[in-house]
Amino acid sequence: MSAPTTKMNALQAVNAAIAEAMAADPKVILLGEDVADPEGGGVVGTTRGLSTRFGDDRVKSTPISEQAIIGAAIGAALGGYRPIAEIMLMNFTTIAMDMIVNHAAKLRFMSGGQSQVPITIHMLTGAGASTAGQHADHLEAWFAHTAGLKVVAPSCPADYKGLMLSCIADPDPCIFIESMRTLFVPEDVPDDQGPIELGRANIIQEGNDVTIVAYSGMVITAREAVKKLAEEGISAELIDLRTVAPWDRDCVLASVRKTGRAVLVHEAVRSFGVGAEIAATIHEALFGLLKGPVRRLGAPYSPVPFSKPLENAFLVQPDAVVAAVLSVMG
Amino acid sequence: MHQERGANRAMPDAATQLDIYRRMIRIERNDDATIRTIKQGRLQMPYYSARGQEVIPSAVSVNLNPDDTICTIYRGIHDMVAKGVPLRPLWAEIAGRVTGTCKGKGGPMHITHPESGVMVTTGIVGSSMPIANGLAWAAKLDGSRRVTVAYFGDGASNIGAFHESLNLASLWKLPVIFVCQNNRYAEHSRFDKCTAVDRVAKRAGSYDMPGETVDGNDPFEMYAAAREAIERARDGGGPTLIEAITFRFLGHVFGDDDKYMDKAEKAAAMARDPIPAFRARLLESGVATEQGLADMHKDITAEVEDAMQFALGSEFPSVDELRRDVFATEIAL
Repeated sequence: MSAPTTKMNALQAVNAAIAEAMAADPKVILLGEDVADPEGGGVVGTTRGLSTRFGDDRVKSTPISEQAIIGAAIGAALGGYRPIAEIMLMNFTTIAMDMIVNHAAKLRFMSGGQSQVPITIHMLTGAGASTAGQHADHLEAWFAHTAGLKVVAPSCPADYKGLMLSCIADPDPCIFIESMRTLFVPEDVPDDQGPIELGRANIIQEGNDVTIVAYSGMVITAREAVKKLAEEGISAELIDLRTVAPWDRDCVLASVRKTGRAVLVHEAVRSFGVGAEIAATIHEALFGLLKGPVRRLGAPYSPVPFSKPLENAFLVQPDAVVAAVLSVMG
Repeated sequence: MHQERGANRAMPDAATQLDIYRRMIRIERNDDATIRTIKQGRLQMPYYSARGQEVIPSAVSVNLNPDDTICTIYRGIHDMVAKGVPLRPLWAEIAGRVTGTCKGKGGPMHITHPESGVMVTTGIVGSSMPIANGLAWAAKLDGSRRVTVAYFGDGASNIGAFHESLNLASLWKLPVIFVCQNNRYAEHSRFDKCTAVDRVAKRAGSYDMPGETVDGNDPFEMYAAAREAIERARDGGGPTLIEAITFRFLGHVFGDDDKYMDKAEKAAAMARDPIPAFRARLLESGVATEQGLADMHKDITAEVEDAMQFALGSEFPSVDELRRDVFATEIAL
């Protein structure tokens, strides 16, 4: 008999995680633009119901002031709280970059361990919704490149809940990325879904011929590719990274050691991306065992475009993943 | 909305006057020894001296409790000394030693000492304010009467973080006091060449909070303004912007030349050195005696010397520290 589950989408899963954390710990607080119920409980309703349930002191809508939002979160964290700050869209973190990169990420180190900044910054992003150049970037490589930040990018409702619970409980600042393409499809989430450890990847499907590593919205794309590959008799192992920083080297390296081939897929621009870091690590660790070069797939070196054909060409499509796998199968 | 300057403003009593003066001398002796040690080649650090600005944090800090917090900036060692950071770990930090407040990992621009209430020192202009709001929010959520002081300079009043922070603090009625130490220069640019208003305090009006320009070199004026703002914040009356007019005697960073400064302005400001002025006032009013102040000076000089010797005699941190405090859990390199 399987454990009881509830059908919910990723937004509802995030909401459930925050509600659970707020109920369990009075130090968990929430702030951001439009997050309280009079303002709609978030621009896509992620935080709906929370201000009504937990009160206006703990759930605060803010002005459109990203520096002030993250600054207040950092200060409240230094004062003993566990703030969750909502930045509406990932591109808007650029307004708060000083607070995130110069302060949240570094205060523990610069204070010699005296300060801790247990904040979770959650944000929407992703191409495909016709929002063009300033509302859809995947900037996770910037954050992953900054010592002191954890970067989390789930792909399914259960992981959204489990990883959000872990981010809130984590003693360090976490960037929590909500990919547009993963948000709205309901799936079964175990009623007792607890925290999922940060830094642990998930093997979605086992396989022997090639390792495909993806995260966030690209897991959906990679799943389709894996199905098509199976039809052609290729057994792909699909790894959902779940956490970009720190990433699960052990899981990825063990898989590539087995398959000898790796294809890395992310939505962000390919150049200088997360895939480059993983590819370099694979080459350093497993060079002699590889049966072909590690392939990276990502967006072309371009801002996110508006026009539909351009947007479709910007996003990695399942067929491109299939082609990349075939090219390394030899 | 400017404060009335009534005759019935709060006055520091004799003991408080001496307390302010003692803090000023600790700042000045500390500054003197820092410069001497840098010149001797025994300290390698960028040094942003606050010589000339001693009154401001001293007159603020006598109104603060140990659990009240401050966020300050790279030119902030005077703020830390005034708030009560002990000199030995302070010196060890500026010397990069493991016995420093931050194990030598932050240095002079990032000193943190929560036991004294020094929560953040930032090297980024304007960034003390958004974080001060959060500390004040935490105090409010706790239901406590703690307040937070955000120190910053006149240059920071032109950066976005200032405006976002004042707006939010006023909106949320946060117990925070914004203290602008207007030392007339932002790096090398004179105040009036980069600020569209003649007084920073005018900007309080945009955020519907009390704002006041005071002589930051006058301990009595500074004390009264700080006391009123701090009491208002404790009582739930929300934030205040205090603009304290002062002057930095030693330029932006130690070693820069002062060609960008108006010579007459600088000479006039230095003639108004707040330390001899307050000393004369204390003696004239009988609050202090020559002997008493000489003893104070001697004791503090010895304390600073002890801190310097302690720091220079301490060990440097082990390179293992690169792996520690990046996250709560030590990482593999």
